[in-house]
Amino acid sequence: MWTYTKALEYPIKIKCANPRLAKFIISQYGGPDGELAASLRYLSQRFGMPDQKAKAILNDIGTEELAHLEMVGTIVHQLTDGVCPEELEKAGLGAYYTDHGVDVYPSSAAGVPFTAAYIAAKGDPIANLQENLAAEQKARATYEKLINLCKDDPDVVEPLRFLREREVVHFQRFGEALRGVQDKLAQKKFYMNNCKEDKKLLECTKDFNMVNNYNPCDSLCNCNNR
Amino acid sequence: MLEEMTENRTHCECDCPCENQCECDNSLRSEMMMQLRAYKFSIIELGLYLDTHPDDEKALCLHREYTNKAKELSDKYQKMFGPLTIFYPCKKWRWLEEPWPWERGNF
Repeated sequence: MWTYTKALEYPIKIKCANPRLAKFIISQYGGPDGELAASLRYLSQRFGMPDQKAKAILNDIGTEELAHLEMVGTIVHQLTDGVCPEELEKAGLGAYYTDHGVDVYPSSAAGVPFTAAYIAAKGDPIANLQENLAAEQKARATYEKLINLCKDDPDVVEPLRFLREREVVHFQRFGEALRGVQDKLAQKKFYMNNCKEDKKLLECTKDFNMVNNYNPCDSLCNCNNR
Repeated sequence: MLEEMTENRTHCECDCPCENQCECDNSLRSEMMMQLRAYKFSIIELGLYLDTHPDDEKALCLHREYTNKAKELSDKYQKMFGPLTIFYPCKKWRWLEEPWPWERGNF
């Protein structure tokens, strides 16, 4: 369950509209490395994580990304608020205005609409966490490019710098979660459970375990101990 | 400083939109919101850190300190300037009165 707080994580007060910048920044709203993709990716992956730290970090970073989504949406809104259609067209937002008007629509800087294909959820904790490490770095790189494009307006650069720094922290935490998962998967396991279904599952995954040292039945087998 | 400023201002009750309410000084409101935001950010940051370092006593201690301070300040802020979440009790529905975070004039 989520609770809405009527405040931004970091304040945004943009004095001068600038639709040209909005056209670039919207990529962090609904682009391939944007906040929406990040949030939904982490919140989708958390269901399959084998250890408590990884579940918590995906849940909590996924939640913070929703706050960042709101921040990016706010930047786009304030950069285009009150701008006449002619100016929007001059800034390259004529097509956007036609289809979405003054709404903030999730799309990339090139105008490609958001797609669930951005949400990499592979069903493998190592692959997923590696994906997230890359995703945070890609988002950091995107923010750096946006900061280069927006450097004339400190009202825009400040929140972008904040968002960039958060990507760095998230990268760090995902790295720690990955090490935790790797340690857990490397542990020897003892199964003390007679449940038929569990045994069947263990049988089918035996070969997989020998290769990966990973047992997806962990949560089933240990359920009595929790 | 913030405490001194807020002490004389508690007449602006959430359930009693008095005439002085609109005169509640915006700079006090901004300052309280900035402080609250700082606490909340610290809690988020410590929360992520504690997810991967759950045994760090110093971080846990800071988390306790900031959650207590945030709760206290958040209650005070909401009493004066209206709810930040729908979980704050109100006799009058002030949720609609204040600007939304994305709007100009937000705090």
